Amino acid sequence: MAAKLPKKGGVFIQMEDEIASMASIIGASWTGARAMTATSGPGFSLMMENIGFAAMTETPCVVVNVQRGGPSTGQPTMSAQGDMMQVRFGSHGDYSVIALCPASVQEMYELTVKAFNLADRYRVPVFLMADETIGHMREKILIPDKVERVARKPLAPGTLPFRADADLIPGFGQFGTGHHVHVTGLTHDERGYPCATNPKLHMALVKRLVDKIENARDEMADYDIINPDAGQVFVAYGAPVRTVQQVLYDNPGTDIGFLRIRTVWPFPEKALAKFRNAKRFLVPEMNLGQMAREIERHVKVPVVSIPKLGGELHNPAELAAALEER
Amino acid sequence: MSFEDWYRQDRLPHIYCAGCGNGTVINCTLAAIDQMGWKKEEVVFVSGIGCSSRAPGYILTDSLHTTHGRALAFATGVKMANPDLKVVVFTGDGDLAAIGGNHFIHACRRNIDITVVCMNNQIYGMTGGQGSPTTPKGCLSSTTPYGCAEVPFDLCELATAAGANYVSRWTSYHVKELEKAVKEGFETPGFSFIEALVQCPTAFGRRNKFRQVMDHVEYLRSHSLLRAKRDRMLENGETIPEDMYVVGELTRRKRPALGVKP
Repeated sequence: MAAKLPKKGGVFIQMEDEIASMASIIGASWTGARAMTATSGPGFSLMMENIGFAAMTETPCVVVNVQRGGPSTGQPTMSAQGDMMQVRFGSHGDYSVIALCPASVQEMYELTVKAFNLADRYRVPVFLMADETIGHMREKILIPDKVERVARKPLAPGTLPFRADADLIPGFGQFGTGHHVHVTGLTHDERGYPCATNPKLHMALVKRLVDKIENARDEMADYDIINPDAGQVFVAYGAPVRTVQQVLYDNPGTDIGFLRIRTVWPFPEKALAKFRNAKRFLVPEMNLGQMAREIERHVKVPVVSIPKLGGELHNPAELAAALEER
Repeated sequence: MSFEDWYRQDRLPHIYCAGCGNGTVINCTLAAIDQMGWKKEEVVFVSGIGCSSRAPGYILTDSLHTTHGRALAFATGVKMANPDLKVVVFTGDGDLAAIGGNHFIHACRRNIDITVVCMNNQIYGMTGGQGSPTTPKGCLSSTTPYGCAEVPFDLCELATAAGANYVSRWTSYHVKELEKAVKEGFETPGFSFIEALVQCPTAFGRRNKFRQVMDHVEYLRSHSLLRAKRDRMLENGETIPEDMYVVGELTRRKRPALGVKP
């Protein structure tokens, strides 16, 4: 990005730390710019403070986290998916965000475009939760001549800057356009003014910040369903998708289903119900079962977590063995 | 100039305590902006957390009231994305020099074209009077009940050493000088830092024998040492008393700056 952005009329700046990186993209976003930053592991922890600020102030922005083994400095440049709950709940307080998981270089490209569009549509930080495997992968990709671009809904003149429409999203009062918007991380009213000790107002604001994302989970759900009549169903996102694909390739015509998820948060729970004959769900993840627990909340059949830590992918034999275990 | 044009009338009354020095600094800043002839829609105020950082919320421009210590990082994003905007940061000693210390030195090093007005009340006023990185040695605060044992930062020396193009210090007593310094900060390309020592009767004065507001303002006045006089004293080999604050324009230079509109 340092090499390419300036040639395309963009701006790149290397900040002093990830706290500042997150802060500067929020500042840039309020001038109307599409802004993003990228990190791995510990840097993501540093960003949490201002991720909460972005959620509270409804600032569109994109953060890439190429996950590595943790906790702490952990395993630099070894693959993991250990930040799936941190991305959902990592900053303090109640809020909702959108997280996308690519499983190929092509998806790294497509989901980045999608992340910006979702951020601008829903006025929320959107996360591209890659892992080291996908982050360092080399593959041929197709770059289209044109990509879809969703514009932010502008603030209508005479409208309060934080008064939401029916979709629970307020118009965006871009800095420098005469709206005189006050943006604060404090609990604020529809004028954007601090109103931190009003219990009803705080409840209504936080509920709206969560509902504007959670109510839209069906329209932003992005997943593939393979063999919906199968009895055993793999659920995967990110790099483990590749291993499941290999297992399906190696076992043609067998009773194996696959739910492959790109929009991990908000979790597309309705996709699980499409496997009507599922006897159990198998969830290979490069963590100790973070999304397996989320899946358990939504189904009545057993959910088998297949965790793998250390930086190596599940191999197809491991997943094939899991199919046999009872 | 009419201050009313720049204030959000619907936000008053403000949160500042009776006798607080912050209002003086805000008035001086707005007076300087008025002299610059800037329009409201081209000015963005950015702040962090603390008493001083509440200031942008009372001013009728676009403004970002952000997280503790991070105002300069947010301001850098605003300025880099749109150099047409005039970016002004209100901050305090705790916000800028403690939690925001790293962002402060790096904003100075980049020499990014923004103006920072720091209301230095030498204490955390909003959160209960804890000692800050500028609490003078020996002073009482809720976290230094036996007197501050640490040596304070000189914010202006810090800004100069880190690379800022313009650095001035005044106090809430020096209203005209402060207004002029802020204006010169606006006019100087690159990072401009104006420190304003202010009285804080509620958190600082109450504990440090300045129960009357004017006693504290008088202390700031009588302990201000003009830079020119300081320079003369140094030439004559005289010792500068430790409890004096050097005031005036301390740095002005033309280092290459970031974010300056071409």
